[in-house]
Amino acid sequence: MDSIFGIHEQALSIRKERQNIIANNLANADTPNFKARDLDWRKEMQAAQDTLSQSINRPDLKTTHSRHIAGFAESASTQDYLKYRQPTQPALDGNTVETHIEKAQFMENAMQYQATLEFMNGRISGIRGALKGE
Amino acid sequence: MSMFPTLDISASAMHAQTVRLNTIASNMANVDSVSSNAADTYRSKQPVFKTVLDEESGLPMGGVRVDDVVESKAPLKMEYNPNHPSANEDGYIFRPNVNVVEEMANMLSASRSYETNIEVLNTSKQLLLRTIQLGK
Repeated sequence: MDSIFGIHEQALSIRKERQNIIANNLANADTPNFKARDLDWRKEMQAAQDTLSQSINRPDLKTTHSRHIAGFAESASTQDYLKYRQPTQPALDGNTVETHIEKAQFMENAMQYQATLEFMNGRISGIRGALKGE
Repeated sequence: MSMFPTLDISASAMHAQTVRLNTIASNMANVDSVSSNAADTYRSKQPVFKTVLDEESGLPMGGVRVDDVVESKAPLKMEYNPNHPSANEDGYIFRPNVNVVEEMANMLSASRSYETNIEVLNTSKQLLLRTIQLGK
C-alpha cells in the first residue's frame, strides 16, 4: 500500500534537512574559511520519488553463489546533493556566508515546510472524514 | 544525534557570539590599563571561531564553537609621560593595543549575529510545534 502522505513525507524530511543546513550556515556567519552549503532540491526530490515509486532504482546485489548474502544498494542520501553556494561578494577571510541571502532562503524553506504540513493535515482530515462517513 | 539539531546549532552560535561579546567587553574595560613594562601590559583578546563537524557524517553541520582566544599581535602604544605614577626609568608608560573603533564594529557584528540566531531559533520552534500538532 502506498504511503498515506505520498511524496509529502519525503518532502517534509528534506525540508527539515535543509532547515538544518541553512541554520548551520547562519551559525557560521563569522567563522573564517567556512563555505556555505545548500541542497539541490530538484535532484533530492527526484531521488525521493524514485525510491517511492519503484524499487527498481535500488539495484539488488547479484548472488552467484549459494552462500552470498542478499542485499541491495543503499539509496542516495542527502549528503550526495549538498552543494556549495556561489558567493556574490567574496569575503577576505574565505567565508562565503551572506547573511541576507541565507535569511531569505531560511524563510522560504520555513514557509515551504509549513505548506507541506498543511498538505499532510488536509490528508489526515480527509481520511478522518472518510472513516466517519461524513 | 539530537532530535532537533537546528536548536543545537543555533544555541552553539549564540554561545560563541556571547564569548565574543565577553572578550570585547574585557578589551573595552582595559583600554586604559597602563603599565610600566611591555610584558605586564594588557593585550587585546580575540576569539577564534571554528565549525563543528557532525559526529555521524563528518560534514561541517554541527554549528560553531570558540576554538581559542588569542592575544592580538599589534604593537603596544608607548607614551612618554614621566609624571605618570607608572612611568618607567626612561619616563615611558605602555598602553594596551586595544583598538576601540575595531571593538565597536566587532560588537555590532556580534550582536547582529546573535539576533539572527534568535530568529532562526524562534522559527524552528514554531515549525517543530506545528509538526508535533500534526493531525489535531
